[in-house]
Amino acid sequence: MIFRKTAAVFAIALMLGSFIAPIAHAERLVTSLSTHRVLISSNFTGTSLVLFASIEDADTPRDKPKKYDIVITVRGPATTFVTRKKERILGLWVNYESRRYPDTPSYLAVLSNRPPAEFGPVELQAKYKLGLSFAALPPSILADEEFGNALLRVKKAEGLFYEETNAVTFLTPTLFRATVPIPGTAPTGPYEVDVHVFANGVLAAQQTTAIEVVKTGFEAFVAQSAREARLDYGLGVAFLAFVVGTLAGLVFRRN
Amino acid sequence: MSIYLPIAELPVNILLIFGLGIAVGFISGMFGVGGGFLMTPMLILVGIPPSVAVASVPSHMAASSLTGTISYWRKQLVDSGLGLVLLSGGLLGTAAGVWVFSLLRRAGQLDLIINLSYIVLLSVVGTLMITESIRALWRSIQGQQALLRRPGTHSWFHGLPLKFRFRQSRIYVSAIPVTAIGFGVGFLGALMGIGGGFLLIPALIYLMRVPTAVSVGTSLFLTLFTMLAATILHAVENRSVDIVLAFTLMIGGVIGAQSGARAGQAIRAEQLRFLLGLLVFAVAARVGLDLLTKPIELFSVISSEAAR
Repeated sequence: MIFRKTAAVFAIALMLGSFIAPIAHAERLVTSLSTHRVLISSNFTGTSLVLFASIEDADTPRDKPKKYDIVITVRGPATTFVTRKKERILGLWVNYESRRYPDTPSYLAVLSNRPPAEFGPVELQAKYKLGLSFAALPPSILADEEFGNALLRVKKAEGLFYEETNAVTFLTPTLFRATVPIPGTAPTGPYEVDVHVFANGVLAAQQTTAIEVVKTGFEAFVAQSAREARLDYGLGVAFLAFVVGTLAGLVFRRN
Repeated sequence: MSIYLPIAELPVNILLIFGLGIAVGFISGMFGVGGGFLMTPMLILVGIPPSVAVASVPSHMAASSLTGTISYWRKQLVDSGLGLVLLSGGLLGTAAGVWVFSLLRRAGQLDLIINLSYIVLLSVVGTLMITESIRALWRSIQGQQALLRRPGTHSWFHGLPLKFRFRQSRIYVSAIPVTAIGFGVGFLGALMGIGGGFLLIPALIYLMRVPTAVSVGTSLFLTLFTMLAATILHAVENRSVDIVLAFTLMIGGVIGAQSGARAGQAIRAEQLRFLLGLLVFAVAARVGLDLLTKPIELFSVISSEAAR
């Protein structure tokens, strides 16, 4: 009796376990990034990040490889955006309505080998946050299209949101490469590189890597001083103005 | 040639910033105004975040007004006594202005108030200066004596107590209206993110009857101190002073200010007032036009950290 009970519990635990455990993909993803630290020095005007990845699949025969679809999403540190709309009031164009977008990536790049809509339904895109609008905003906010689209449009124009649907290049059927542009205005902080691999509209493999965009050398020193030694920094800039002004007065006196 | 700004967090063309510094410095030295009402909007136009632009411009104004002050000082065109009395009111006014600034920001209509006060103030001051200087020029063409300093005429405030004799300015007035002018200029300056020289100079010329050249020299002297104070305040309060941006603007500014000061002293006072009036009016028209025409992009996006 006791034995049976234990066996039943054991069986249930085993069943539950198989549900809780991650879905075992046949595919395995191996990725390599050109760098994990983007260093900002005084001559920084932007850079690009090269990602190589290989899909390893033991089950599929080599001579008949599957056709894969890739979506790479790069997210910068989260921020809160405020989108404002100008309206004409008493003849003047002034900011009127606004919407807040909390927890939105400050930088966002979505690269794929073809538009996600071509290999999966909207549900799939929403589930894995494929494409710029799904990756940027929660679906509840997307409902207000005017302001949400304006956010995407303005950020795209600034180069901080980027979407390219033919930017993933297959070198072999299982080896691919993508180049992610990091503009000079890219915010500093931790970034997340998310790679999704789909086969026949089903997720086959997924991997997340972290990179970091940091100031280095003089730039790091200045930023740290401005943040931590505020008064000294302010006095320093004021003193600099004083020295430059006085020196100029002396230099030009001789002429 | 690009250089990365560590606080603004973006690369800029260093020659463009340097050129802006020279151009605004020239105007600053010529008219004795800080040039903030020109520099801040231009930096924002170039893509510098407004918070960084507003906080970094004061140090540039401090450097170029110091060069200007030295140049006017040698010619004994700075009334330091008058400047110090103005400064006492100016510092109080700045504190009051910063307070109202944060009140309006919380109400969410700061931009509109700033733009409207720009238009009203600049166009009124500009129009007054233009009409007055045209009248003065007309009189001098007809060979009459300029009537700016009418001996023996007294305004009501000449009856106030606490009278001081300001030697360089050749005036004998109570410290009360002088402090009040300083307060008003400091208040509006802090509220609108400008030095306030274009308000102070007409006030000194038309209300206090201070000679134009001494008004310019004293305004530069006052601007030097308020802008040094503003730099330190912004660094402590907002942490958005960019030393690389400030240094580039300063170097350009002092070079421009030097030649501007010479150009200013070479032309006649009425012409100088006419040109400053024209400049002030042009800026007002520009801001007004922006408010009246439909913008190409109706939406703007800011990061709420930047809006803080």
